[in-house]
Amino acid sequence: MVNLIWAFMAIIGIVYAMFNGTMEEVNQALFESADDAVTLSIGLISVLVFWLGLMRVAEKAGLLRLLSKLFKPIVTRLFPEIPKDHPAMGYILSNFTANLFGLGNAATPMGIKAMEQMKELSGSDKASRSMITFLVINTSSLTLIPSTVIAIRMQYDSIAPTEIVSTTIMATVITSIAAITVDRLFYYRRVSKAKK
Amino acid sequence: MSIITAASTWIIPCIILTVLLVATWLKLPTYEIFVEGGKEGIKMAVSLLPFLLGMMVSISIFRGSGAMEAMINFMSPFLSTIGVPSEIVPLAMIRPISGTAALGMTTELIKTYGPDSFIGRLASTMQGSTDTTLYILTVYFGAVGIRRMGDALKVGLIADFIGIIASIVIVTIVFGA
Repeated sequence: MVNLIWAFMAIIGIVYAMFNGTMEEVNQALFESADDAVTLSIGLISVLVFWLGLMRVAEKAGLLRLLSKLFKPIVTRLFPEIPKDHPAMGYILSNFTANLFGLGNAATPMGIKAMEQMKELSGSDKASRSMITFLVINTSSLTLIPSTVIAIRMQYDSIAPTEIVSTTIMATVITSIAAITVDRLFYYRRVSKAKK
Repeated sequence: MSIITAASTWIIPCIILTVLLVATWLKLPTYEIFVEGGKEGIKMAVSLLPFLLGMMVSISIFRGSGAMEAMINFMSPFLSTIGVPSEIVPLAMIRPISGTAALGMTTELIKTYGPDSFIGRLASTMQGSTDTTLYILTVYFGAVGIRRMGDALKVGLIADFIGIIASIVIVTIVFGA
């Protein structure tokens, strides 16, 4: 599906440009975005190195295990496939925590690390059940304080820049619950298909 | 507001402090462990590059050609009939695809309609309550080399759609239309 979406966005774009005379814009966008992607990836090195280094220390100090112990009842239910004391749990929780506090650049390295651990568990290049659950929770965003949005609202002289915090949290909670539910439904569909 | 700002400036240093205090207390070679763990980050960023580049180029062709705008114009009436205000349709459609584009649109909407208008509040809520699905899938699956994504994209997009509807309903209830 990703292959299709990826190819179709480019194909439709180019064909559209053929008939609408926007080929120049396409050329420009093409190389600008390639440039941006390199800047973004290289820019990620700083946060990746820092957080992965610090998280390794936290892991060795037993702090990740402590974190997963604290939230055991919730996470074991969300990720039934992952053994209780597996390091993946610690990284999943660190990722969730970082997301909750709006530390986006800390959340990414921990999320990748969690994925790596889950891949070791499944030992295949196919997304496992836990991976899909984990990603879907991430895409529904777990922010408590949408700091970027608040900053923009302040910039445009909002009377109450933080008034959207409550609606954002409510929307986030509903989206997350919906994501988990839809994920479960798809999982059961996969299971019943496999049985047939 | 000041509490929130203070909390977000204090939290990272406090995490670092806790980790280092505990590790030092346990007599771990903290610096060596940090360096060892950090090394992985370089490899990760490099392996991520082609995934990000490919996805971003494709999105930019789609956007730069004007096809994305055409698609939004085409879809607008359908989304309007189920209650999505037409001003918000472009943002709702762009949110799962491109984070930077969505942030740009949110800023534009807040600027045009004012942060305390219905559209301004709705855009703020929508921007904050979901994340860029396509980016997250690209980064997380790309970094660890997952080729077959299973249902992840489908489930993510369905959840995004539910999120849009939820934002509209919640903002309408809390602030009134």
